[in-house]
Amino acid sequence: MPKRFVSIWFRYLLTDREAIRQKSLRDLPVAFTEPDHGRLLVIAMNVNAEQCGVKPGIAAADARVIAPGIQLFENKPGRNVKLLKGMAEWCLRYTPLVMVDLPDGLLLDVTGCTHLKGGETEYLKDMVSRLRALGYTIRPGMADTIGCAWAVARCAENGLNVPPGGQRNALMPLPPASLRLGTDLLIKLNQLGFYQVSSFIHLPKSVLKRRFGGNMILRLYQALGQEAEFLLPLKEPVPYSERISLLEPVTIRPAIERAVHTLIDQLCKRLYGEGLGLRSAVLTYCRIDGKSYQLAIGTNHPSQRTDHIFKLFELQLDQVAPGLGIELFILDALKTEPASDKQSMLWNGKPTADSEQVAELLDNIAARVGNVNIHRYLPKEHHWPERAAANTADLTEIPASEWRDDHIRPTQLLDPPEPIEAMALTPDYAPRQFVYRNQRHIIVSADGPERISHEWWTEDGGYRDYYMAEDEEGMRYWLFGTPNELPGQTRRWFIHGYFA
Amino acid sequence: MEATKEEMIDRLRQDLMGWEGFRPLPPGERQEFGLGVIENAFPNQTFPTGALHEFISTRPEFTAAISSFIAGIMQTLLAGGGVCVWVSYTRRIYPPALKRFGVNPDRIIFIDVQREKDVLWVTEEALKCNGIAAVICETRLLSFMESRRLQLAVEQSHVTGFIVRKDVKHITTSACAARWTVKPLRSKLRPGMPGVGHPRWQVDLLKVRNGHPGSWTLEWKNKQFTVVTEQVQTEKMQRYA
Repeated sequence: MPKRFVSIWFRYLLTDREAIRQKSLRDLPVAFTEPDHGRLLVIAMNVNAEQCGVKPGIAAADARVIAPGIQLFENKPGRNVKLLKGMAEWCLRYTPLVMVDLPDGLLLDVTGCTHLKGGETEYLKDMVSRLRALGYTIRPGMADTIGCAWAVARCAENGLNVPPGGQRNALMPLPPASLRLGTDLLIKLNQLGFYQVSSFIHLPKSVLKRRFGGNMILRLYQALGQEAEFLLPLKEPVPYSERISLLEPVTIRPAIERAVHTLIDQLCKRLYGEGLGLRSAVLTYCRIDGKSYQLAIGTNHPSQRTDHIFKLFELQLDQVAPGLGIELFILDALKTEPASDKQSMLWNGKPTADSEQVAELLDNIAARVGNVNIHRYLPKEHHWPERAAANTADLTEIPASEWRDDHIRPTQLLDPPEPIEAMALTPDYAPRQFVYRNQRHIIVSADGPERISHEWWTEDGGYRDYYMAEDEEGMRYWLFGTPNELPGQTRRWFIHGYFA
Repeated sequence: MEATKEEMIDRLRQDLMGWEGFRPLPPGERQEFGLGVIENAFPNQTFPTGALHEFISTRPEFTAAISSFIAGIMQTLLAGGGVCVWVSYTRRIYPPALKRFGVNPDRIIFIDVQREKDVLWVTEEALKCNGIAAVICETRLLSFMESRRLQLAVEQSHVTGFIVRKDVKHITTSACAARWTVKPLRSKLRPGMPGVGHPRWQVDLLKVRNGHPGSWTLEWKNKQFTVVTEQVQTEKMQRYA
């Protein structure tokens, strides 16, 4: 498929932006200045100032004389980059491949996109009228090559849409400046009387190279399509991406839901066809006021089920603020994985932790309460009670070792252990009674001690002497005392859990 | 004539139970929970799976007993594979301890929600998913309407749900199939033996739909429930060293 490119020239980028912010500036001459060698030079002006004769490069004082009442603004470096980046993001509605073309333009790879607006001419018209509605004056050029589109956008009188293969004819009447050449080269060409590309385009390559250097050949051939030129897109295009641009902006929830559902349906069909499943996705919606917001979801297993993915988004749709209306939805599949074989699942009998149903349930729950709040524990080979089980995020991970049940552990564990006042009749014996939360418990029978030490290779610290104690009512507690061997140490008691 | 009348009433009762959601299980599918005489309290002499069970706890010690009792029942539910979901707001369950009650803790997915009101939302979602073996929900509040919602979810999916109500001030009506309390009791060893014996609970079935409430003493011994009937101690008191 032959490539098609659009180059958009923002002719009055800075002044247009200022006029959008202050409506009163529209009918006045406006210029932007930058300090240079101790004086202010005009670097950009609007159409009114241009008619008065203001040109880039003249001093601000001169501009004041030529155009009485001119509004001068100081330019901040990098302002055009920021503006163009914003415009490039806005232009993502036309094509996913947009590149900022400094200092005053954008480049769009529109291959295969133009039919969406009903043809190339309509595509350009739509672009111009929409940007004019925003307040920007642009000149777009469309051609098979980046160079030619650039040239037409900036230098052609008419014929902004170059038909496929017509680069040579389109370039012929244009000045050499349309070839993106350096100033010194342009002066040289001008001195030699080459006022049009047609006057030197037929010269042999070797002659041109000897006279004007390799760069000129490169630019000329790039514009003609005989040398390759690449576009570096602003955003890395996502391989699985779907978009819906709406003729009428939507504000109500059923319409938004329907748009999202359609998008997911399209994406899932594509993924299904390629045997893939979705793991994480981002939904971007662009409002007509130029702002865009994102909703993100993630799944626990590769999924291609529209209903499931829609449900995950549905939980977040409350956050969507449509404002004056949403005109564009983009769904990007950030992460895909080969989908599991469903056929095998059918015969498994009872579902396991990694089965699709459970994974979908966990997706729903994670979307509401957050993934960090879902825990699954695997045994760890530690005696220290707090370390005997470790949290894992993976649902498919199987325990590396068996769960131990040779030591009785309490069903409920207090974390951290709480201090109690205990009284033991003899050292190294279980306490006879203890007070916990102002309640006295008389211990009638106890098991222990079970001494558990800190593992010296992981952490320093003493040991704990654990007792399982039963009180008069039949409640069973897990108590422990701290070391008391060294002189000066007194045994402190803690309650660490409740047995069944 | 008398006999036929009784038969008819019996049949009508069976029909009624069917309409109320109790499905008589085919003989092969009956699961043995090892609850012994307690199972006789339920309709069809079967522990109702695919229904909601409410457990009332007023003290953290009771919660520990209830959790262990539920784990003992889950041992059977998880026997054929599957996972269970444990939803709680403030969880104190110590997973490794559940192994003693026959449950592999890695088969349980714990969901610790940050907001209390999310507990019931998550529970309902989990109960709707028929790929789950059981759902345990620790909550403080449960209104009749909320319990009805959960019951409706269960009727669709046939998942067994256990609602542990902690710090209950007063018992309210609920749509659950059974209401239990489990309290720890003094354990009994052979006379003269020092130490603490097997976990022993007093299990009260306060309310059961189409069944007979009752009270039993239960012990967890050798990885199964044993109903304890108090017998006169015939063994002579003996002191062990």
